Amino acid sequence: MAVHPLRLSRFNVTSLVLGLAFLYLPIVILVIYSFNASRLVTVWGGWSTRWYTEFFNDRAMLDAAWMSLRVGVVSATLATLLGTLAAIALTRGAGFRGRMLMSGMLYAPLVMPEVITGLSLLLLFVALDAGRGFVTVTIAHTTLTMCFVAVVVQSRLAGIDRSLEEAAMDLGRDPLRAFIAVTLPLIWPAIAAGWMLAFTLSLDDLVIASFTTGPGSATLPIRIYSEVRLGVKPEINAICTLIVGFIAVVIVLASLVSKLSSARGESAAPL
Amino acid sequence: MSRNRIFTAPARLAAIPPYVWMVLFFLVPFGFVLKISLSQTAIAQPPYLPVFGLSEGTDGLKASFTALSLDNFRLLVSDNLYLASYLRSVLVAVVSTLILLAVGYPIAYGMARLPRRWQGVAMMLVIVPFWTSFLIRIYAWINILQHDGLLNKVLLALHIVSMPVVWLSTDSAMYLGIVYSYLPFMILPLYATLAKQDPSLIEAAADLGVSRIDAFWLVTVPLSLRGVGAGALLCFIPIMGEFVIPDLLAGSNSLMIGQTLWLEFFTNKDWPVASATAIVLLGLLLIPLLVYDRLQRRQLEAR
Repeated sequence: MAVHPLRLSRFNVTSLVLGLAFLYLPIVILVIYSFNASRLVTVWGGWSTRWYTEFFNDRAMLDAAWMSLRVGVVSATLATLLGTLAAIALTRGAGFRGRMLMSGMLYAPLVMPEVITGLSLLLLFVALDAGRGFVTVTIAHTTLTMCFVAVVVQSRLAGIDRSLEEAAMDLGRDPLRAFIAVTLPLIWPAIAAGWMLAFTLSLDDLVIASFTTGPGSATLPIRIYSEVRLGVKPEINAICTLIVGFIAVVIVLASLVSKLSSARGESAAPL
Repeated sequence: MSRNRIFTAPARLAAIPPYVWMVLFFLVPFGFVLKISLSQTAIAQPPYLPVFGLSEGTDGLKASFTALSLDNFRLLVSDNLYLASYLRSVLVAVVSTLILLAVGYPIAYGMARLPRRWQGVAMMLVIVPFWTSFLIRIYAWINILQHDGLLNKVLLALHIVSMPVVWLSTDSAMYLGIVYSYLPFMILPLYATLAKQDPSLIEAAADLGVSRIDAFWLVTVPLSLRGVGAGALLCFIPIMGEFVIPDLLAGSNSLMIGQTLWLEFFTNKDWPVASATAIVLLGLLLIPLLVYDRLQRRQLEAR
């Protein structure tokens, strides 16, 4: 692989700089304005943290944030379990009956418009006469995010040399033990990245949660959405900044985990 | 032989929980959408007349079969509101995908030209905004685009405009929001194909006297068509069903199909029509998927 890339042209540099600026500037502006003391969102009135205090005194917002965190943790954990099992089945269970259907069911939600996924799950819950709230939102998010976990883990599993596992089996381990002892540690970073991805997707989702939740159990995006429809409020800037900061911490943790556990230098990209 | 058989039996067992979950919460719900799209609207809770009531036995089942109707689908075809929303969704998705391609390609190309160790960093930088909340990214733009927002202030200060421009609730704002939100989905597949290209191909073209710009159009672009297809598909399909971005950034005089579905469901409480809308949308989305599949197969055969 003695590929040495061609030299960058001025055009390449400009498009990279402009592209990244386009991606990051709006978020940076949002963060700066969240520290604005003025009630008018657009007039700069000096630095202040009053909108953060306001958020921490807003009972309804805090309830919604707590709801979102609970849904996120539970659904990401379930999704990671199910998605990892699905990835193992797809890479190792060569030719089991219904493999086509399985991969179809796992890939479809990745591109499916959220309005359709949300609508179909709601109709199921109504038909089952299930009370809508924490449980239904968690089920809905698990269904969506396990597909992402499956894709992340599957791509990692596919790149792993099976001869290691075979060696362990030659040494007398049964297949399951060989897998747990040899392969599981190798795909661990991908599983962790899958959990983080599932968690942030759940924390982010508005549409599916709107369909599947019931009265009194709004998630944070639902609360933010109803506030945003009424116009820009400085408190929302503060909440959004907190979420961005929180997710940044999650990403840093994710990359640290994958760096630490993949000592062989094949770091798992978080996607 | 043994290589293929390794771990197969436990792997099949591993398939059971996700399989059952997906059948229960993905496949079965679609049955419900289909069923309710064929039933009658009713002012009740839930707001549709049940079809396939299993409690009444076979007679009930027979009766419910005769009660099935395509009325909701007829309504979709005959009412201009739905046709207009479908058309608008297709238009918005096509235009956005083209803009995304025009914006994303130079960025992906620049990334692929970076020195190797910088490429990973650049990829991280493109992925990170994808991790931050979708809603927050749209909200960030509302901050900037509103009447006395930053954009108008800058434009006024630079004397580019003399009056604040209305940005919010326009199609331009919506396109901006869509391009902003979907850019990573376009850049990553493009980058993946561009990074794999052998630079010596360009060198060979240069040796043959082809200019840099011609080499780009004759060599780089044709070889990246697979990435273009993947990126376009990854953007086009979800944009077709987009709800949040047009709802928050575009005006309310013409709706995309995702908005119409939402309206039918939450405001008009017409679940059967909302279900029929979803079924037709799914049907429409199958077209680009099938075209893509076809193209890929042809590419494989051509090898």
